Amino acid sequence: MLLQGAHPMDAYGSLFSHGFGSWAGFAKTLGKATPLMLSGLAVTIGLRSGLFNIGVQGQLVSGALAAGWAGYAIHGLPIYIHLPIALLFGIAFGALVGWIAGALKAYRGIHEVITTIMINSIVLALVDYLAGHNFQEPGQTLARTSAVLPSATIPKIFGLPSGFFFAVLLSWGVWWIFQRTTSGFRLDTVGRNKNAAWYAGISVKRSVLIAMGVGGAIAGLGGAIETLGVIGRFEPTFNTGLGFDGITIALLGRANPLGVIPGAILIGGIRGASASMQFDAGVAPEIVDLILALILFCVTAPFLSKWLRSTEVGAKITSGWSN
Amino acid sequence: MSALLEITNVTKTFPGVVANENISISVSAGEIVALLGENGAGKSTLVKSVFGMVRPDSGEIRIKGELISPGDTSGAIARGVGMVHQHFQLVPVMTVTENIILGDEPKRGIFLNMKAARAEVLALSEKYGLEVDPDAFVEDLAVGTQQRIEILKALRKDVDLLILDEPTAVLTPQETDELLQVMRNLAASGVGVLFITHKLREVMAVADRVVVLRNGRVAGSTSPKETDEEGLAQLMVGRNVVLQVEKGDAKPEAATLVIRELHVNDDRKHLAVSGLNLEVRAGEIVGVAGVEGNGQRELVEAICGMRPRISGEVLVSGEATPDMHPHKVHSMGVSHIPEDREKHGLVSSYSIEDNLVLNQFDREPFAKSWIRNIGALEDNATRLVEEFDIRTPSIKTTASALSGGNKQKVVVARELSQDTRVVVAAQPTRGVDVGSIEFIHNQLIAARDAGAAVLLVSAELDEILSLADRVAVMFGGKIVAILDAKEAERGLVGRLMAGLSA
Repeated sequence: MLLQGAHPMDAYGSLFSHGFGSWAGFAKTLGKATPLMLSGLAVTIGLRSGLFNIGVQGQLVSGALAAGWAGYAIHGLPIYIHLPIALLFGIAFGALVGWIAGALKAYRGIHEVITTIMINSIVLALVDYLAGHNFQEPGQTLARTSAVLPSATIPKIFGLPSGFFFAVLLSWGVWWIFQRTTSGFRLDTVGRNKNAAWYAGISVKRSVLIAMGVGGAIAGLGGAIETLGVIGRFEPTFNTGLGFDGITIALLGRANPLGVIPGAILIGGIRGASASMQFDAGVAPEIVDLILALILFCVTAPFLSKWLRSTEVGAKITSGWSN
Repeated sequence: MSALLEITNVTKTFPGVVANENISISVSAGEIVALLGENGAGKSTLVKSVFGMVRPDSGEIRIKGELISPGDTSGAIARGVGMVHQHFQLVPVMTVTENIILGDEPKRGIFLNMKAARAEVLALSEKYGLEVDPDAFVEDLAVGTQQRIEILKALRKDVDLLILDEPTAVLTPQETDELLQVMRNLAASGVGVLFITHKLREVMAVADRVVVLRNGRVAGSTSPKETDEEGLAQLMVGRNVVLQVEKGDAKPEAATLVIRELHVNDDRKHLAVSGLNLEVRAGEIVGVAGVEGNGQRELVEAICGMRPRISGEVLVSGEATPDMHPHKVHSMGVSHIPEDREKHGLVSSYSIEDNLVLNQFDREPFAKSWIRNIGALEDNATRLVEEFDIRTPSIKTTASALSGGNKQKVVVARELSQDTRVVVAAQPTRGVDVGSIEFIHNQLIAARDAGAAVLLVSAELDEILSLADRVAVMFGGKIVAILDAKEAERGLVGRLMAGLSA
């Protein structure tokens, strides 16, 4: 930042005061943190099950569009029916996009990193097209849909986005599932040792489908909450990078579902305040990205190297002469 | 004729194990020497010392009279040593030619000279009579052909001594015969061959001399002319260490485990178990004796539902067990102590309490519907740690922190603490300390006395002879003989294991 001519302390001060210093700034941070938390949670479920789900972006965006469409195109329903339907649309489409990658892995053995990257490209292009054509707001030149009806808008609690609280609850729920239920134990066992899971009678295929489907559903929900609670319509430019920040957050949280909560608030705060940092201290938004990358690198390098070594792919890369 | 390779008093210890102790071996030019021994006898360690991949603690290795410094792989290569590893070091997406020239490519200017390379490969292949298609992609080739490429790769560097580490472990019988012919041709052209194996037939067929290793020592040195497969088998397993096990007479009842006409493939889709029939009665231990690689692993995995059966059936108390459904087979009362505890038996990053319920985590009392009962897990772990003498600081300790013997006790405790009708124990004491071996043996006998049908598969003939009430000898994917413990004399079993008729 010094090199760039800005004063670092001013920048950090601005980051803190805008991200966390005022009620409105805090609300903005939590609003930013919500889809981040859910996409982090989606990546976490994958990591715990031995999968690297980097398709969260595509899952999230398809959920965001589906929820946005349900939010403006369905008329005449009361909020307690319309809002859940719109959210379910988001969940279903996210789950479908995740499940496709899971099915390709389970039944065709194609590595999930490859399929999720491919599916990301397809979904992002398709969604952009739909938002600019079939589902475009009438008379609009931007690629965006009509505004979500009030009956499908997530209400705020004391000015804070209520989706945030739901995301926290969900993170805790996922943590509890891994901690205390047989389903969580199944996924965890597959993630730690596929061969032992097979020996123990756990279906590895089924676990892959579940982890990718549920991960996709949660990412889709993240997109839906972003559309229905924060932005108010589907507009592709607002979702850029959310899914990829989710990977950062999952790694920050060390694949612990509770770990995504502070991780998402931190990154949400930095992202939310990046515009203010630019105004107050003249820090370019790219510098904010750089800070995030540095955080990620410092915190996750040991974890990543351990994870790489413990998975089969990693073992092939890192093993040398030994038997 | 002076020796090509001379190994004198080589000793190598790894923490806790003596891999090689005072080993002396020599190989002359044009001679084929077989290094025979069970798994863990120290064969691989010895040849890796010659090739410079392992640094011996003491002793000398001379090639053509020249002392080679320990741990000097390039020195060994420069003196004409070539080695074909058990696991191939080929690039599957590259062609045969590209693989063979890899690391020392013919060039023209800064460019690869593929024409010259191809010609060189063809010449090489002609010279040694090893037929290969220089333009084929390695991934499309059969394992036997891939091995031929490995051999050519080694021979390209003017090799005087060729070391083959278990070259036939991955080959079909036909491919094996071809390889043996290749070895004869090489020896005829003056190359010294040192090859590792634990298959007696190959030794008899091709070797000029045989050196048998047992527990890191030379157990004997002989030649196929002076001995037969039985003599070799006896040298391999030894007769001195007999583990004495206290046990009463078996009181067998009706057959609990019945295997009928079972056919199973190995990982490479070759028939490993071919029409196997076997019955194990309640209250007896049937030991499966056999040289490793005769289908024992595939048999065990097929019984337990972990490997697809091609045909045949496995019955438990008269009920057919499902194919490829380990969970159901297990819940029919089949306990399985797997051969590889690190791979199948344990999740090493899980706590001991989780590992103790690994394959029953979703059953009462460890779970009610889908919620796990942590209290029941803890009670179970506390009880089993005490009962099975698992030495651990706490039940929350991860399995990876335990010693091999204690890890195995966790597996044994889990499998034998259940209500079990059939116990399938594969190599239950491999890599386990002596105290734990005795304990595990007694637990297997206790399971038998409690009325379980116990199928014991072991590469240790001593273990079979001291534990089993009946000995089933497995050879070539079939049970070739079933002997009563009293008539199972070591020499007889050894002959049968080698595929000879009694």
